[in-house]
Amino acid sequence: MRKIAIASGKGGTGKTTVATNLAAVASRNSIRVAYLDCDVEEPNGALFLRPQIEEKRPVNVSVPGVLEGMCTGCGLCREICQYGAVAVVNKNVLVFPGLCHGCAGCWMVCQTGALVESMRTIGRLEMGRADKVDFVQGILNIGEAMSPPVIRQVKEAAVDADLLIIDSPPGTSCPVIESIRDADYVVLVTEPTPFGLNDLVLAVETVRMLALPFGVVINRSDTGDGQTQDYCRKQDIEILAEIPDDRRVAEAYSRGELACDAVQDYSAVFASLVERLLKG
Amino acid sequence: MGKKQQELVIISGKGGTGKTSIVASFAALAGKCVMADCDVDAADLHLVLDPQVIRSESFSGGKRASVITERCTACGTCAEVCRFDAVTFDGPPNSRVEKTFRIDPVACEGCGVCSWFCEDDAIDFGPAVNGEWFVSETRHGPMVHARLGIAEENSGKLVSLVRKEAMNLAEERGIGLVVIDGSPGIGCPVIASITGADMVLVVTEPTVSGLHDLLRVADLTRHFATPAMVCINKWDLNPQVASEIEEQACKQGLRIAGKVRYDRAVTKAQINRLSVVEYQDNGCSGDIRSVWESVSSLMQST
Repeated sequence: MRKIAIASGKGGTGKTTVATNLAAVASRNSIRVAYLDCDVEEPNGALFLRPQIEEKRPVNVSVPGVLEGMCTGCGLCREICQYGAVAVVNKNVLVFPGLCHGCAGCWMVCQTGALVESMRTIGRLEMGRADKVDFVQGILNIGEAMSPPVIRQVKEAAVDADLLIIDSPPGTSCPVIESIRDADYVVLVTEPTPFGLNDLVLAVETVRMLALPFGVVINRSDTGDGQTQDYCRKQDIEILAEIPDDRRVAEAYSRGELACDAVQDYSAVFASLVERLLKG
Repeated sequence: MGKKQQELVIISGKGGTGKTSIVASFAALAGKCVMADCDVDAADLHLVLDPQVIRSESFSGGKRASVITERCTACGTCAEVCRFDAVTFDGPPNSRVEKTFRIDPVACEGCGVCSWFCEDDAIDFGPAVNGEWFVSETRHGPMVHARLGIAEENSGKLVSLVRKEAMNLAEERGIGLVVIDGSPGIGCPVIASITGADMVLVVTEPTVSGLHDLLRVADLTRHFATPAMVCINKWDLNPQVASEIEEQACKQGLRIAGKVRYDRAVTKAQINRLSVVEYQDNGCSGDIRSVWESVSSLMQST
């Protein structure tokens, strides 16, 4: 199985467009494909792949549960917690689940049994099939701050496939790391504008720090200045594809249609990208 | 209320809808405001505003564990207690054992549980530097911005810090408005940027993704009881979806601040390191002006 993560520093550069078209085109060329939507804060892959959801399940994380009357007020739980998620007032433990990272420290140090491991739901997984593509998406509940546990569970739910496509969230911080850290290859999607380039440089630093092989797709490649192409050449970064700005593609996207279905030529663009990505 | 300064936060749910371009134009139109770039892991506002840094500080949002190799006895307790798969048995040898444990700084969540349970006192648990933050002067007023280190955690804490410093600066200089450039998504940095703010402007685009993400962000602003308005950017790319967004926004009780037409001048302005309203007077600049007017008049009336 080859795991390809689609990422970008800047949002809105075309990650989901690239990820969903790759999945669709590869599956039509008899490759077994699984698509994982790890952008769990704003998952959009389903709008384009339109999967039949066959299974839903909650994403639970560990949090401390309090057994009344057991606390002696020793304060060890408060002492070990780095996140301010537990407080002790007059032999009573108060838990703030939204701040908890699930490290298990508090219930491990509790000597009296006042704190025990319990579960809290922070989102859900949805699994199904979109044509021939195996589809998994994670959805973070509104108001929840921490997406990495949902992302972790999306990845654990992946079935076996020849090609695993991971649609990552934008940025360079923990949700991105969680999405791409065990990928075989990372595709960084950018646009050739000053904002796009600035964020591409950050994304390149990120994948280099994780020592992951990567290449760049320049979307709307004819819209900006030539600086992104220059940067890639100077840094010896492979440009996997340049996709010109095309109103037909933008309109198809706005309606939730795949570029490879809406405009004939794009099937070939993504087919050759699939071929390149499977080569390693 | 008690606070004289008002905070306006621009977010989008979906990335790339034009948040930062709108913020840069607002900065030019406001006359006097403090800007805060709270998109701390992919900050772009500085590219347009050309800030001259007058103060820079390092940011430590948490701690990080590391194995002190010479003390490690390879007992494996750290790996057993770690919930984040951050401990691996592939560290260098020492005088006692052939292999020691090692902590992956990227996977480490900074909980310190390994260090607490280590009987050999072989795990150092100290403050981690997660990023930097700056106070700068720009042609449109002062600006607070930051850079989260690559692959770092605690973006929410850094966002809160940037917001707090921007408010302090506004108070110090007698400036009534703080304009905040937020980050995409609905997670920790976004929550940290909108809680307690006076107004949120959601910049969306007329696509099915834009609409889907707008509805999630609308739920979020409602969850945190922050007043919100909507700006439909590039509305003429798909007028049909744009009017659907207007309809849905209405149902959610969100006021439409205005629509901005698609205009290639936005990219050209960016390349010239200018906000769109500085770059040209016609085209989408007029649309952005009227969005600004409706946002600022609503804020003044509250």
